[in-house]
Amino acid sequence: MDTAFAPLPTTASASNAAASTTTGSIVCEPTPQQAYLMRIADSCLIHAQRLAEWSGHAPILEEDIALTNLALDLLGQARALLTHVGRQTGFDEDQLAFLRDERDFRNFTLVELPGRRAGRDFADAVLRNFLLSAWMNVLWGKLEQSGDAEVAAIAGKAVKESRYHVAHAADWVPRLGDGSEESARRMRQAVARLWPYTEELFETDAVDTAAAEAGLGPMRAALRVDWRAIVEPVFADAGLQVPAAGAFRSTGSRGVHSEHMGYLLAEMQTLQRSFPGGQW
Amino acid sequence: MTASPTDLANAKAQAHEWPLWEVFVRPRAGLDHKHCGSLHAADPKMALQLAREVYTRRQEGVSLWLVRSDQIVASDPADKAMLFDPMEDKVYRHPTFYELPPEVGHM
Repeated sequence: MDTAFAPLPTTASASNAAASTTTGSIVCEPTPQQAYLMRIADSCLIHAQRLAEWSGHAPILEEDIALTNLALDLLGQARALLTHVGRQTGFDEDQLAFLRDERDFRNFTLVELPGRRAGRDFADAVLRNFLLSAWMNVLWGKLEQSGDAEVAAIAGKAVKESRYHVAHAADWVPRLGDGSEESARRMRQAVARLWPYTEELFETDAVDTAAAEAGLGPMRAALRVDWRAIVEPVFADAGLQVPAAGAFRSTGSRGVHSEHMGYLLAEMQTLQRSFPGGQW
Repeated sequence: MTASPTDLANAKAQAHEWPLWEVFVRPRAGLDHKHCGSLHAADPKMALQLAREVYTRRQEGVSLWLVRSDQIVASDPADKAMLFDPMEDKVYRHPTFYELPPEVGHM
């Protein structure tokens, strides 16, 4: 096991861990390259969790199935990357997904924002799905050339999935944005709520620089032009204005999350923390 | 023929509903598209996407056909006897009375 990754002492020993106790967290201090991959994996994972919340709640049954299908694709992508990172660090995908604390998650704040509670609605889900799918699609396309052969292989599979995600999500944006007066109003509100969080998708930090220098993957800033080329025509088609860039910067990718993240993790992690290593 | 109250109620309901589409899936190249169900969708694009989500998520197919249900011309079940029963005693229409040379293979 990498010395940078040491499990915290737990209150209950593994042998007598019972359902009434919760398993302690693992501590992650990944290298910049590992952090780069975890940032992608975590964004997929948390986005999947939010999409899965629509299970049983989407406007129509078929879209309900569609959103959970997308969530399962994203979960698969997260699993592949976490398994890859875990192999270098001595943790398995379940430990990385379910036993890390909030500060050790590196997903973008955008994906953790509530999807269908707290005054959000289907427009938020559609818009976020579109903005993130487009970003992921551009990223996976570039990661196909990653110097890490396994990352390139994961990207080769994921790029096909994300191409469909973009198509599916992009289809809904004009349906709502250019639909009824009510749906257009809700879509504009969703844009106002979510757009400020997109700046984080294109920031540069030490993790990006290290990954780019190592030939692992592109800097986030290098994705902006291609992303805008996907987003702008769909916004135009939907009659939506692309907002001007503001000064606000969210910080999820540095581990500093919104107030919503703790609740999300509590729900997502409770089963593994109560029944560590539990199998179906 | 005047529309029955049920027909009128159906027409009224349909005016507020997305049209119904029949879904045909081709399981493998070389096989025929097979009818596997139906769904509601606003337009062809949505129908295709939702059919993909609902009917091919377990690798059931390599191709999809969608047809608006109201575009299908169907025989009336009440005409079943008239249309199909007369063929019951005409087994000679099956080509089972011929010796096929082996070179022909499967027919």
